[in-house]
Amino acid sequence: MSRGPASQDPELLRRLLRAKDRMDAASHEPWPVERLARVSAVSEAHFARSFKQAFGIPPHRYLLTRRIERATALLRDTDLAITEIAFQTGWESLGTFGRTFRDVTGESPSAVRARARATAHGLGRMPACIVSAAHRPDLTTAVSEKRRRVPGDTNTPAAKEIR
Amino acid sequence: MSQGVEVVGLYVRDQDEALAFYVEKLGFRVHTDVRNGDYRWLTVQHPEQPSFQLGLFTPGPPVLDAETAQTLRAMVAKGAMPPLVLNVDDCRAAYDRLRAVGVEFTQEPVERYGNVDAGFRDPSGNGWKMIQAQRRSH
Repeated sequence: MSRGPASQDPELLRRLLRAKDRMDAASHEPWPVERLARVSAVSEAHFARSFKQAFGIPPHRYLLTRRIERATALLRDTDLAITEIAFQTGWESLGTFGRTFRDVTGESPSAVRARARATAHGLGRMPACIVSAAHRPDLTTAVSEKRRRVPGDTNTPAAKEIR
Repeated sequence: MSQGVEVVGLYVRDQDEALAFYVEKLGFRVHTDVRNGDYRWLTVQHPEQPSFQLGLFTPGPPVLDAETAQTLRAMVAKGAMPPLVLNVDDCRAAYDRLRAVGVEFTQEPVERYGNVDAGFRDPSGNGWKMIQAQRRSH
């Protein structure tokens, strides 16, 4: 069975890209599969599998990386309270936000804020969209899977978590 | 200028479609459009940039084998090609104008670090950033 990068129809890929773009543009919004499938004009049954095959990550996990990325930018660039950042980036509870954030980045939101402020300079020369893509968390395993892998350890350094 | 970069090419899924997009929607001009058998050398130019051509090429024979061409079509369609940047004087005005003619925007104009940028894709999936650079006061 051919499952290489070239095995998917480019017309389908172009429509899947549209769903990815829509999540990028509004990652704070809820993106249930039926909504994404509608954007891509494919059946719900095929959407998640096709998306993962195309982009190497399930759609809901992709959304999670985008939310963490936005939250990181807001922590770095604004003085918004962490509760407000959690709310603005699409989480319904502060607890889920903090836990997911630590699982993905290896640090707490407040630690990331402190460190980003201490080290951020010179980014203004690169288009911000590219800066943010360069800083995107590389989430290739499920968050729950990571949690199982390092039981009880939520302070694992970021370098170990982000490959 | 006699030395420097003259042509940079994009892969597109259909040259007629790309031509219509870059010329009729974005306002580029055709620089060269010549055929040799199945091969079509097509380049367009920004009206304010006479020394640079943007090539609009389809991956395929005789340059590439069918499997390589298919891989490249897939890469373009999933937005995996490198970033492209278009400078504009007024990002919000350009956004309104291009959106009205049906350009697929991926990001509305946003101001950051004093610049205003928006994002759009060509019909094939190539992603552009449209940037209005901060006006320098000196």
